[in-house]
Amino acid sequence: MTFMSKPKVAHPDLPRNALGLTRRDYEGANSTLCAGCGHDSITAAIIEACWANAVEPHTVVKLSGIGCSSKTTAYFLSGAHGFNSVHGRMPSIATGANAANRTLNYIGVSGDGDTLSIGLGQFCHAIRRNLNMVYIIENNGVYGLTKGQFSASADIGSKAKRGEVNRQPPIDPVQLAITLGASFVARSFSGDKAQLVPLLRAAMRHNGFALIDVISPCVTFNDHEGSTRSYAYAREHSEEAVHADFVPFASEIAVDYADGAAQTVTLHDGSRIVLRKVDADYDPSDPGVALDAIQQRMRRGEVLTGLLHIGQDAEDIHALGATPDTPLNAIAYESLSPGGDALRRVLESFR
Amino acid sequence: MSLTRAKDRVNDFVIKIATVNGTGSASANGLLLKSIFRSGVPVVGKNYFPSNIQGLPTWYEIRVTREAHRARSGRVDLMVALNPETYARDLKDVVSGGFFIYDSTWPRPALEKRDDVTVLGVPLARLCNENFEGVRTRILMKNICYAGVLAALCSIDLGVMRGLLGETYAKKPKLVDSNMKAIQLGYDYARANFECPLGLRVEKMDATRGHVMIDGNTAAALGCVYAGATVGAWYPITPSTSLMDAYKGFCQKLRVDPATGRKKFLMIQAEDELASIGMVIGASWNGARAFTATSGPGISLMQEFLGLAYYAEVPAVVFDVQRVGPSTGMPTRTQQGDLHSAAYASHGDTRQVCLYPSSPEECFEFAVTAFDLAERLQTPVLVLSDLDIGMNDWMCPEFRWDDAYRPDRGKVLDADQLAKIDRFWRYYDHDADGIPYRTLPGVAAKGAYFARGSGHNQYGGYTEDSTEYQIVVDRLRKKWMTAAHLVPQAVIEPAEQTTDIAVVSVGSGDAAVREALARLRANGLHIDYMRVRAFPFGEEVQRFLAAHRLNFVVEQNRDAQLRTLLMMETAVERTRLRSILHYNGMPMPASYVTEGILAVIAPDRPAARLVG
Repeated sequence: MTFMSKPKVAHPDLPRNALGLTRRDYEGANSTLCAGCGHDSITAAIIEACWANAVEPHTVVKLSGIGCSSKTTAYFLSGAHGFNSVHGRMPSIATGANAANRTLNYIGVSGDGDTLSIGLGQFCHAIRRNLNMVYIIENNGVYGLTKGQFSASADIGSKAKRGEVNRQPPIDPVQLAITLGASFVARSFSGDKAQLVPLLRAAMRHNGFALIDVISPCVTFNDHEGSTRSYAYAREHSEEAVHADFVPFASEIAVDYADGAAQTVTLHDGSRIVLRKVDADYDPSDPGVALDAIQQRMRRGEVLTGLLHIGQDAEDIHALGATPDTPLNAIAYESLSPGGDALRRVLESFR
Repeated sequence: MSLTRAKDRVNDFVIKIATVNGTGSASANGLLLKSIFRSGVPVVGKNYFPSNIQGLPTWYEIRVTREAHRARSGRVDLMVALNPETYARDLKDVVSGGFFIYDSTWPRPALEKRDDVTVLGVPLARLCNENFEGVRTRILMKNICYAGVLAALCSIDLGVMRGLLGETYAKKPKLVDSNMKAIQLGYDYARANFECPLGLRVEKMDATRGHVMIDGNTAAALGCVYAGATVGAWYPITPSTSLMDAYKGFCQKLRVDPATGRKKFLMIQAEDELASIGMVIGASWNGARAFTATSGPGISLMQEFLGLAYYAEVPAVVFDVQRVGPSTGMPTRTQQGDLHSAAYASHGDTRQVCLYPSSPEECFEFAVTAFDLAERLQTPVLVLSDLDIGMNDWMCPEFRWDDAYRPDRGKVLDADQLAKIDRFWRYYDHDADGIPYRTLPGVAAKGAYFARGSGHNQYGGYTEDSTEYQIVVDRLRKKWMTAAHLVPQAVIEPAEQTTDIAVVSVGSGDAAVREALARLRANGLHIDYMRVRAFPFGEEVQRFLAAHRLNFVVEQNRDAQLRTLLMMETAVERTRLRSILHYNGMPMPASYVTEGILAVIAPDRPAARLVG
């Protein structure tokens, strides 16, 4: 971490987005993570994605649980409200916040311990409810703050810093999310900004639960030889199945996809995701195909990345609950209270 | 058959009905209760049901009380025993001179062994088998038929019964006819075979005007609607579930836009209580009035999040409908066992604002108070009722609503107010009352802050600095002192004569204590009374306790949890506090309180020798 404080002064020539804001306007407090931590690269990617999407910082809500990953919500978008909740319980805070105001942009950052162990139940139920949020897992396979215990995402055979080898099968959040019906499921690598930024941009515009599992090496406890979550391992063993380019609404598709493996998905606001598939047979809209491909690669010790599954929009809690377009927290009291006359009528049935 | 042993107890007796869970007796019991209420006679209804869907024994007690007492009586004058499995103990429960009715389709001469109880056999099953078709119908009709028997024996108006059935089955008039037919069968049989009515009978009064029969969970739900609550998240648990069901029912009638069909509320059935309180905290943090309802086991699971909401200063409203603990305990029995786990919920130096309603009307009132306090104080407020209040129908003065009411949203800065200030400091004590200002997400970047359960300073930043940490927790203590002035004060009722003896109660114990004090007063024993209604305790609580040599603390748990709170949170000496504890899971009868007091202050004068 650095102890220098960053002055909030932007150079006049810094590029500005549609709102006239520079990337500096999307930054947060200084990171207190270890130098070289994968999480800081993800933070940078989130800043880049929010800036590029020209989202107003105060319309974003940042949510997290407990752990190194969960600290990072303080390191981007200082103009957004943040809620660093309790371990593994961020999804319930996000659910409540979203219930109160459906119009804001909810970004949750969690880790593999926070999501797959203590928070596995809430994670699954947030997916089941199709909570409209971006859920980022900063996945490093270890507990950092408590000094290097394996997490539930550690691969069989992965070696801890002190030599212990993990013998228990991992819980894969991507396969889990696809099985539970999530409509936007991606995997990326913190070292691959070119892949991660468009994924984040698309996820933010996706209507419903969008999961991005990001392999994010822990430089202090899990970046050694024998670990399957090291920078070296991730670089060597990741293969992109589907690259997602994000095209905002009203922009032209400028890239030429000559290989014929491109597929366009239009999001509810008119933005598009252009999917470039490495293998023409890979169909990201088919959960069975996605699961099969992920498992095949996993058996070979490889990690498939990209936008692995994009499905149909499902109904979220507001659709199921038929809530008004006006956020519940903005409805005037006068329209919520039935009044004294109504109370008398109600009580008639209790005589 | 002559029933000369019947003591004359007009409008002052108890009917207990013993049936089998899941056989439809609830509608007959409700019908009887309401018929008496509609005859202008005050009633108390208590349901003792098993944690079971079908097959286990269940009882319903109807106390006809011209004095309008609200507690369980404890005595049984007339037992309707419809469950052979419990005949023996049901017979034992009847007072000397009382009555025991059973289904004599299968005669049981052994039931005649108590010669101080009149046993009346009514062939309910035979009557229904002869007059109805179908197994299920016959069982259901048997369980309405006894209402007719009771109508004849106790002089309950059949016309009132018919009227009530007409309202209940407004859309199914055929059911009115079949139910009435069963009632008439029972009525006619009783008239033909017994001398009706008994000394135990209902005579019309005019003592229920302006009152309703309602349970506390329904009342609390109605309070949530009127408080403007829009988000309810919960995990089903007895005995709190009916609160959420009632909220949904009211909202579907009162909160749906007729033009669009859009619903101005959102209910989320959570995966567990950890999630339900998380959702409430998330929604409240984001500016909605949100609540959950649970019971003891849920409070245990919510501890961690309640600490977060205390420390990060997020409003939340939690209804804890207490049941018998520890652990799963007896889910369908009542107790006041969560006073401690609610008051100090969570690890570290936490203390939570608690409200203790004593009746359904106070559940309604305190539901609204709870939201106002939670937002004013930016902290969780736990409303502790119990199964007795929550699930039994109580006769209550009709609730009133002041249309001038507007919610107290507390210190929330909007965009205009933020624009006028230099910088926003989330946890700074601007007003020296310990309550900081808050902002809502999505309003303005200037109001952005980071809510966290980890150490933070008064400006809202993360800290591990000792001084910065202490400034915030000391301010939270100051806020607690402010809370003591804002919560509902204890209700204090001095006796007619000066005394240095007092009774202190909480919640549903109020009903039994009042009745006990009235009885003691009639016998010349004058005792002051205080009912605490909230935690933290106000100064009046300390003053009251200190003014009495002996304070009986009456509560429904084994460990004297209220007494312990009073010892810890006031300066009163423990020797001035003497416990009367009732914790068997049944609502406390007044006689228990009377006996407990007399045993200490007049050991030579047993309760049996009191008049009245």
